[in-house]
Amino acid sequence: MRPFAYERATDVAGAVAFLADHPGARPIAGGTNLVDHMKLGVADPPALVDISHLDLDRISENPDGSLRLGATARNADTAAHPLVRRHHPMLARALLSGASPQLRNLATNGGNLLQRTRCVYFQDVTTPCNKREPGTGCSALGGHTRQHAILGASDDCVATHPSDMAVALAALDARVVVHGTDGERRLDLRALYRLPGAHPDRDTVLEPTDVIVAIEVPAPRPGSASTYRKVRDRASYAFALVSVAAEVSTDDGEAIRDARIAFGGVAHTPWRAERAEAVLRGNRPSAELFAAAADAELADARPLDGNAFKIPLLRRTLASVLRDLCQTAEQPR
Amino acid sequence: MAGTRANVEATVSLSVDGVQRDVTVDTRTTLLDCLRDRLGVFSPKKSCDHGQCGSCTVLVDGRRIISCLSFAVMYDGATIVTADGLADGGLHPVQEAFIDADAFQCGYCTPGQVCSVVGMIDEAKGGHPSHATEDLDPDASAEPLTDDEIRERMSGNLCRCAAYPNILAAIRQVVGG
Repeated sequence: MRPFAYERATDVAGAVAFLADHPGARPIAGGTNLVDHMKLGVADPPALVDISHLDLDRISENPDGSLRLGATARNADTAAHPLVRRHHPMLARALLSGASPQLRNLATNGGNLLQRTRCVYFQDVTTPCNKREPGTGCSALGGHTRQHAILGASDDCVATHPSDMAVALAALDARVVVHGTDGERRLDLRALYRLPGAHPDRDTVLEPTDVIVAIEVPAPRPGSASTYRKVRDRASYAFALVSVAAEVSTDDGEAIRDARIAFGGVAHTPWRAERAEAVLRGNRPSAELFAAAADAELADARPLDGNAFKIPLLRRTLASVLRDLCQTAEQPR
Repeated sequence: MAGTRANVEATVSLSVDGVQRDVTVDTRTTLLDCLRDRLGVFSPKKSCDHGQCGSCTVLVDGRRIISCLSFAVMYDGATIVTADGLADGGLHPVQEAFIDADAFQCGYCTPGQVCSVVGMIDEAKGGHPSHATEDLDPDASAEPLTDDEIRERMSGNLCRCAAYPNILAAIRQVVGG
């Protein structure tokens, strides 16, 4: 591992200034992904600024009912927080389906969003990878692609985003509060991430001097039911093959008034399923309707040699989630 | 190059198993390597060294974490308890239960398992849910630690001898039910 300078930040502006003064430096908080990358040689920052001791770990409710999740609140504490469990059980369940308890006790909310793909080729510095080393090629193409993307991939990269939390937040229209050299700004979580295109080395639109300070989650919609369902190779402690985050509301248990859906494990970003949502909106729930919603979203899916199974798996997972949520939404709350 | 050295080394003050320890480490030193190689505390085990097995689990300020994916410099001032430190004058009830239930074969993962169980029981007492918890409503009455709950909450600790049934029995002995 390359030697690195370490500084414990005393405030956010200081952390941003440190990043500006030290090209290549990175913020660290939980460290569960970055430390691993430094061991593997995937990352070699010359300096780290530790933001884990800053006062960014609070979870609170705003007057409008939205929640503010501090960037350095640990995933375990976020999932256990009464406000999160009461307002957004989907988000709590997504967090609880990720990693292991010991990791969730370390991993922070900001770091969860910025964790990088677990593509085995990205993490193996002996193989070509356009995300790790632009222009060297993609070893996944023609290789093992069980974990890889079926939506929105490019010829240069077929990696998937590994976060469960980000999938739930994409469905909930969350926003990210970022502190950069020009002060604080907000952006939609969905706009944080970018598809790989010709530049898969860039996961997000953030600048190297940006620090995520909080995540804002809008208030739950009245009469809605939500959940997160993750399908994986093991019952626990594994990344998603596919996952579905969905929030559904119905009109008196009849037609679907609104649906917000995002998929995990299938794309370079958490994948908001707007086409599926449009098919569902205003219609009575039925198996045929759920299949039509999946068809609409998956029309452009491009499976690889090793992951065509994700298409029927995602169709069935979406249908089962929608069936359960429509039944729940029928119950008076 | 004295300035550079000052930049990439740091003195860390840790309470380890009840003993105050000061140690100067290269910033690249993980908490696990600091404990084992610098402080001679060998109960946390290095197995995968990538956060995938749980054998390096220790309690930091009362919470279970894996010690291989953290740099020691980040823990200046922390209180660390390893499986060794749990035995205070006699074996900890969780350690006794592992012996009673024959919850290990080679024993390599056991210190991490034991620390993880202690942390897990505290989390459950504190009302933390798990993925196996059906109703996440914070106002719902706390569910008992079913076998499914225990398996889910312990999924971060692998045992390649597959002593899982006996580990479950050991935990059951401690938590009752």
